[in-house]
Amino acid sequence: MSGVRVLVGTRKGAFILTSDGTRERWDVSGPHFGGWEIYHLKGSPVDPNRLYASQSSSWFGQTMQRSNDGGKTWETVGNKFTYDGVPGTHQWYDGTPHPWEFKRVWHLEPSLTDPDTVYAGVEDAALFKTTDGGQTWTELSGLRGHGTGPKWTPGAGGMCLHTILIDPTNHARIYVAISAAGAFRSEDGGTTWKAITKGLYSKYLPDPTAEVGHCVHRIAMHPSRPQVLFMQKHWDVMRSDNAGDSWEKISGNLPTDFGFVIDVHAHEPETVYIVPIKSDSEHYPMEGKLQVFRSRKGGHEWEPLTKGLPQRDCYVNVLRDAMAVDSLDKCGVYFGTTGGQVYASANAGDSWAPIVSHLPAVVSVEVQTLK
Amino acid sequence: MHMVRVELPQHLRTLARVGPEISIDIPGQVTQRSIIDAIEASYPMLRGTIRDYATDRRRPFLRFYACEEDLSHELPDVPLPDAVASGAEPFLIVGALAGG
Repeated sequence: MSGVRVLVGTRKGAFILTSDGTRERWDVSGPHFGGWEIYHLKGSPVDPNRLYASQSSSWFGQTMQRSNDGGKTWETVGNKFTYDGVPGTHQWYDGTPHPWEFKRVWHLEPSLTDPDTVYAGVEDAALFKTTDGGQTWTELSGLRGHGTGPKWTPGAGGMCLHTILIDPTNHARIYVAISAAGAFRSEDGGTTWKAITKGLYSKYLPDPTAEVGHCVHRIAMHPSRPQVLFMQKHWDVMRSDNAGDSWEKISGNLPTDFGFVIDVHAHEPETVYIVPIKSDSEHYPMEGKLQVFRSRKGGHEWEPLTKGLPQRDCYVNVLRDAMAVDSLDKCGVYFGTTGGQVYASANAGDSWAPIVSHLPAVVSVEVQTLK
Repeated sequence: MHMVRVELPQHLRTLARVGPEISIDIPGQVTQRSIIDAIEASYPMLRGTIRDYATDRRRPFLRFYACEEDLSHELPDVPLPDAVASGAEPFLIVGALAGG
């Protein structure tokens, strides 16, 4: 029988939630790595029991964990993330040059074909890769050496590479997004990169249409149509139909188009989900009502989804890596909040229920559909 | 050869799967550097957690104590007190206090 495993990273440890295909009853295991910040954990698409986790702490720095049994047991793997060559500088908050300094791993993206190969997006922004199951990590320094690196600046959360998308039809094509540098595409497996920001407009930049400096919060793609990308930017929900060569705004009738997460229905490439947040100054839902918005038309026209979600006195945030979908029929949609709830919908968003309610602040949510 | 006692903070004990105190053998002079070198050799999962890979410096939220003295700001190759080298007193690696 099919099942679902939800991997939840929080400020104080990792939790693994499992259910059968009905998605009605959930078992919770954890905390794993209690007391540590778990920015992300994710499983290999080719070996679902191979999991990787980013474990970090202000005291002890970055540690990496790997599991070969779906998260029952873990082993520590390599945590040496050294920038290639002389790291150089990026722009600090005050506009002065600031040396690149490794802080933590924000996002892990396992290869689509090899369980030992994983990409890691880190702060200060760079892309690393392992081909030996996490024992050693090598920077794909063509990204940081793109030429615009000295102009990249940190957002309030740090200068993080938080999104890595691999084109399932062409594994040499990789997309990444960085706060606050923008979005980039590689056509050669990560050796060279091109900024893909045409059409983005960020009024907080001296030049709102600059090539870099945009605070991209998240990019999502449907695997059947990898040239179509959906973006939640600092403000603005955007869409590209040409692999990021240009973007159009699809915020349409949204009450606010600030937010962090964005994801796509597993079976309907034009069905997109976001969680609007009031503003960049007030990181919580509008009027205390937690609402997911769904577009069935690839943007522009959005409907609020509220059934089962708190509609008063709710002032949580939903961070950029904290939404995911399963591929069961009907598609399951999941998101975690800074209030420690993980909400799930087993009917593509029509209704929601918390599957766990009192975790530490949720940083990331990933879902594995188990056969 | 010196057998040195080291007390680790809780999270590093969990990571290394050890109790509150470990014993490590130091072949030469007992210094902060030789102790951390020996810890990292015996417990590879602790590499990078006590001192930063890039700078080789003590992580800022950690302190080194021994014999009721704060030795955190001593240079890494300064010999530690005889009582640490003889194993009479432990070398303490302490995490800064924190709330939240």
